[in-house]
Amino acid sequence: MTSSKQALARSASSADAAPGSQPGAARRAHGRGTPPPGPGSWRSRLYRWDMKASPYAFIAPFFIFFGAFGLIPLLYTAWYSLHNVQLNNLDQQTWVGLDNYQNLLSSDFFWNALQNTFTIGLISTVPQLMMAIGIAHLLNYKLRGSTIWRVVMLTPYATSVAAATLVFVLLYSWDGGMINWLLHFVGVDPINWRESTWGSQFAVSSIVIWRWTGYNALIYLAAMQAIPADLYESASLDGAGRWQQFRHVTIPMLRPTILFTVVVSTIGATQLFGEPLLFGGVSGSKGGSDHDYQTLGLYMYDQGWIIGNLGKASAIAWTMFLILLIVAAINLLITRRLRKTQ
Amino acid sequence: MTTRELTPPQAQASAAEKVGRTGSGRRRLMGAGKQLHAGPLTYVVLSVLAFISVAPLLWTVVAASRTNQRLAETPPPLWVGGNLFKNLETAWTEVSLGTAMLNSVIVAGTITVGTVLFSTLAGFAFAKLRFKFSNVLLLLTIGTMMIPPQLAIVPLYLWMSELGWSNQLQTVILPTVVSAFGTFFMRQYLMQALPSELIEAARVDGASSLRVVWHVVFPAARPAMAVLGLLTFVMAWNDFLWPIIALNQQNPTVQVALNSLGTGYIPDQAVIMAGALLGTLPLLIAFLLFGKQIVGGIMQGAIKG
Repeated sequence: MTSSKQALARSASSADAAPGSQPGAARRAHGRGTPPPGPGSWRSRLYRWDMKASPYAFIAPFFIFFGAFGLIPLLYTAWYSLHNVQLNNLDQQTWVGLDNYQNLLSSDFFWNALQNTFTIGLISTVPQLMMAIGIAHLLNYKLRGSTIWRVVMLTPYATSVAAATLVFVLLYSWDGGMINWLLHFVGVDPINWRESTWGSQFAVSSIVIWRWTGYNALIYLAAMQAIPADLYESASLDGAGRWQQFRHVTIPMLRPTILFTVVVSTIGATQLFGEPLLFGGVSGSKGGSDHDYQTLGLYMYDQGWIIGNLGKASAIAWTMFLILLIVAAINLLITRRLRKTQ
Repeated sequence: MTTRELTPPQAQASAAEKVGRTGSGRRRLMGAGKQLHAGPLTYVVLSVLAFISVAPLLWTVVAASRTNQRLAETPPPLWVGGNLFKNLETAWTEVSLGTAMLNSVIVAGTITVGTVLFSTLAGFAFAKLRFKFSNVLLLLTIGTMMIPPQLAIVPLYLWMSELGWSNQLQTVILPTVVSAFGTFFMRQYLMQALPSELIEAARVDGASSLRVVWHVVFPAARPAMAVLGLLTFVMAWNDFLWPIIALNQQNPTVQVALNSLGTGYIPDQAVIMAGALLGTLPLLIAFLLFGKQIVGGIMQGAIKG
């Protein structure tokens, strides 16, 4: 980082200096191409203007699009969350203050959705990341056909939320479903995956786990390959066995990557939407007839586009955002604490 | 934030192999992950995991070739039946999968071109150009990744309705045509792949910034642009939340069509599986052709963070 920064500074300053201060020298040194113009000419002014403005021009598309379709809508969502906005009567928007938020906090369905989001997030993220580390460890051995193994582990990532969920719905069906059929071999009675609270939450989580474990394994694998081999050497010289090396070298070296994946998975879990929606079929936006797996994302969709209360949906969106910010702050605190203890 | 070199695993592995042959070297390198040859047990465990990864997809083919009635019976079918083409045809016509595929190609294709182009430009500026507030702006860019798409969809929906754009493809293209991840990805790549001397030399020759981008940056960024393009296409093809709100069955993308198929009132599971199969096929083909590059891209994106 430091060296490249120096190089960056060097290149920028010399590039700046070339046309302005020593045009003659530059021209003599580099005979080919268009010679840099003299200091007073309009071309020189154009050149300096180009140097100044072009970085902003290059980043402008990102910020214009993000501003128009991300930031301004985000602020408008806050504005709408303080209004009564109904889907079937969009022209009439009346100020209601914090009513939508009050309504939200006194609604059992909101707390239910919050709890479901948390539970499903936990049972989908924790096993997923732990398995991903294990898989990365295996992929890190010298393997025959290592690329093929990696691509195969990533195939679930190619499957869309919609396609994957539709397949899992069938696998989890109560009668004739593959999973219940396999379970009967070990003496388990058919489980009603769609109607039971823990069953449906487990099923929805399993779709998330299936789709993302391979992806996270590759991220861990990349980090494992960057661990210097001499760390393992000195550990084994100290008499550390394989398991101890894994615990005391691999895991600590992976810590930044683990934190990164935890943050990304948390953001994903907070927004969880497609899997429970399609898992529920016709009653999808309710998260099943008993709201067993209605997540915050689903609750927002249900309130906004099924019931038609866009003001309340906006309030749910901002509540989600606040929750994410709190989670991010906690993450940051933990990271700081870990760094201090190290 | 450190920029680490991604050591090519092949080189690492072969070096380890050489060391491994001499007796003492092998002991010394015990446990250094990559250097260890995988034992039979590793292959067994990996095979099981690989099977879990592909089994649902393989079973989709089996289910798509049966009838709805057969799929409700126990034991579930384990081998293909004779109804595959009939079901594919039904799925194709029932939710206009032809239109959906074409729409998805247009949407994902445009988003990919836009994302790669804009990310390369912005990534180059952040990696190699000096300008005021560049650090703050970069942090801001990374920070935007934290914002869930849910925060924008209510106003976007209202505005698109007002513009009369409901159900038109630009509604789902425009909000996703730039990417913070892509910008950061290209910045990290160009920091190390594009020598500052090259830019300097072009500058000394009096090249304008646009010429520098065209003749120096794009050639240097090409491998990363290809990888980012693949990743973006996969993400755009699979995007779900905003498309199902902005579009309906009159003018669907593949995911919108699959949603209609799955939430239909008289579900025919065999037809649903046929639809899921068709909607996934383009990406599976892409994985067969470019799997190595996609894997490399995900690993690169991770290591340089």
